[in-house]
Amino acid sequence: MGRRAKNKQDIPLPLEFERNSGKTTAGLRNKLKFLTNKKSDSKKPNHKSDPEHNKRKVVDPTPQITKKLKQSGKFESWDDVELASDDNEEQEMLDGSEGEYSSEEISKKSDDDSDSEVEENDDSESDNEEEEQVEEEPTTLVEEHEEEESDVEEEEENEGEKKILFGSDSEEEVEENDSEDSAAGDSFDGSDEDARDSYGSDSESDEETTFGGMEKQSKKLLKQQKILEEESALELAEGGENVPELDENELFELPSEDQLVMEEQGMKDMKTVQMRIQEINNVLNNFARLKQPGKTRLDYINQLKSDLQFVYGYNEFLISKLIEIFTISELLEFLEANEVPRPITIRVNTIKTKRKHLAQALIKRGVNLDVISGKWSKVGLTIYESPVPIGATPEYMSGMYMIQSASSFLPVLALNPQPNEKVLDMSAAPGGKSTYVAALMQNTGIVFVNDANKDRTRALVANIHRLGVTNTVVSNYDGREFPKVMGGFDRVLLDAPCSGTGVISKDPSVKTNKSEDDFTMLTQLQKELLLSAIDSATANNTSDSGIIVYSTCSITVDEDEAVVNYALTKRPNVKLVDTGIAFGKNGFTSFRGKHFHPSLNLTKRFYPHTNNMDGFFVAKFKKISNKIPTKN
Amino acid sequence: MRPLTEEETKIFFTKLSNYIGKNIALLIDRPDGLYCFRLHKDRVYYVREDIMKVAISIGKKNLISLGICFGKFTKTLKFRLHVTSLPYLAQYAKYKVWLKSNGVMTFLYGNHVLKAHVGKMSEDAPEHKGIVVMSLDDVPLGFGATAKSTPETRKMDPTGIVVYHQSDAGEYLRDEDTLF
Repeated sequence: MGRRAKNKQDIPLPLEFERNSGKTTAGLRNKLKFLTNKKSDSKKPNHKSDPEHNKRKVVDPTPQITKKLKQSGKFESWDDVELASDDNEEQEMLDGSEGEYSSEEISKKSDDDSDSEVEENDDSESDNEEEEQVEEEPTTLVEEHEEEESDVEEEEENEGEKKILFGSDSEEEVEENDSEDSAAGDSFDGSDEDARDSYGSDSESDEETTFGGMEKQSKKLLKQQKILEEESALELAEGGENVPELDENELFELPSEDQLVMEEQGMKDMKTVQMRIQEINNVLNNFARLKQPGKTRLDYINQLKSDLQFVYGYNEFLISKLIEIFTISELLEFLEANEVPRPITIRVNTIKTKRKHLAQALIKRGVNLDVISGKWSKVGLTIYESPVPIGATPEYMSGMYMIQSASSFLPVLALNPQPNEKVLDMSAAPGGKSTYVAALMQNTGIVFVNDANKDRTRALVANIHRLGVTNTVVSNYDGREFPKVMGGFDRVLLDAPCSGTGVISKDPSVKTNKSEDDFTMLTQLQKELLLSAIDSATANNTSDSGIIVYSTCSITVDEDEAVVNYALTKRPNVKLVDTGIAFGKNGFTSFRGKHFHPSLNLTKRFYPHTNNMDGFFVAKFKKISNKIPTKN
Repeated sequence: MRPLTEEETKIFFTKLSNYIGKNIALLIDRPDGLYCFRLHKDRVYYVREDIMKVAISIGKKNLISLGICFGKFTKTLKFRLHVTSLPYLAQYAKYKVWLKSNGVMTFLYGNHVLKAHVGKMSEDAPEHKGIVVMSLDDVPLGFGATAKSTPETRKMDPTGIVVYHQSDAGEYLRDEDTLF
């Protein structure tokens, strides 16, 4: 294979991972930075407090990990882990400073519970965000604070180094903590005691020997718990505000009205608008931190919409539809992917030849090709470049292959037709899928090929004959009439007519010529077609038949999940089953307030930017019984 | 859709035998099931019988095609074979000619077969007889009629026509609108 063959685009796993987690790598990284920033903030009080008091750990603010706060034990051990993961140096340092603290501590201990609250106050001072909330509590020992603070400052110098370290390998840090967290979680009580023994022995031991001390201790514990709960609630509310201040100058600002007017008058420059899209994307990914005061998310979204319309040439309606489906950064990738053509793929006609032979014949003609990436298809070839027109080679004319986008293999794979079955393809033209079905059945059984458009049936018949498919009957009905014409099919494939939002790279006119009305008309048609497809199939519980596959080359939820969900409610005698396709994203089970049947996660979505194939949707039904249960 | 009348059958089989001779019988008596010829809108289709029976329930207007189309009757009741019958013709053909790779594309563009392009040819092909054109790696490309018998072609100069072009696989692209 040629040099370009190395460039074959695989299903990008890391990207997919990003999609699954719903975040971009950049987003994740931001978040990680976030975490480490906070951690290093909270670390100061931690190390300082460990030697003096255990309870102080509990009130340490560690935002983002609020879940863990629910279990004080886990939280405690989190600290322990930190200690453990730090160097010995630190340990020594802490030991060394123990003496200084202990004298203070003893005096503090005698001051009972209010003391702890004050100390908490102390902690929070290093942590701006907590400050306001805690300041309401009484501050009795202000002087002592200041004394302690000086100590803290000493320590902070040491910790400055550490912070840098943490900053550099922040990601591992977090992971490490997470994993060790759970491991250490059980040993909370033990480690608590340990910590006391080693650090605070002078002060604690006095108290613990008496019952009064015990009582105090338990009171403290109760109090800690209460504070903890408050804290967690508070942090939840605050979200991600706990970040270092930004340089005001770096903040991105939305264009003023004057600027917009200027742009209207023809001063719009592609580059600045593209830059602005990126900036808005940044802001929206980290809204709380980067937003411009006084602007709402909606302001940004609206600006983004109009910018995207300008750069990519979509109409407003479609952009709004797309923005609902994707996160902003994913949307950008999607739009960008639509500007690039998908690689040409061909399907080897197994009736006439084998993939190996065809590949050799084409390579002889100087075609640069490779098998379809991923192991999911045994009959697909990707064409990278060809000195001859790939649709006019002698091999093409003698029916050895069909030019067919990779995505249109998928519904047939889901349909999984078996030899000697009776299969219906409801809207078949130009016949790529139907001929694939026939090839999988090795020209046995019957394939009913239907298309509502008579002009398109010509190409359909031509392809069927060229590929040497002999088991078809081609008809020209409106698919909605079909159950009346004929029923009793083992499998029905419905590749419904759709808006084509998944194939914009092929047909850019979709960008502008689709409106709300088109969508309502199309979805209506799709629903009717799907119902008649279901009614045309026959349930057969003894074998794996009675299968209906619904697919569209559109990615809007209205045409996909909503239609499938409609069919599920109207025909309770069908259920969704797994498509048998290993990749792709699961369908939505709820979307913008609409809730679909939970089994809709068995449907599959494919996107140009993740799978490098046309945007596509596949759902596979199985008919359980032939009676349509009626509602009483 | 109806079976062929006797007259039609005669015309059709005469034409077909020009290419495959007595092998027509093999088209009807197949080990893998019953096959039949059916006429629908002037076109003759070759189809498995169970498929044909199912297709009966489809209205005349709505039925576009079934099985494989062999060709069509003209208004003057002559039969014209289409390239769609090529797989069967190639399978049972009595006479074949194999083209060198430099002749394949010119034939697929609708030109006659020249002596210079012939790689090999059936030994006993008579004059003006149906012959199937293949490429050297045994891929059927089309069919035509021999201009001369095989012994006579040997004496021809390289630019002489060996096979008159009748139909080729390029028609799938060129004549998609009229063919179906």
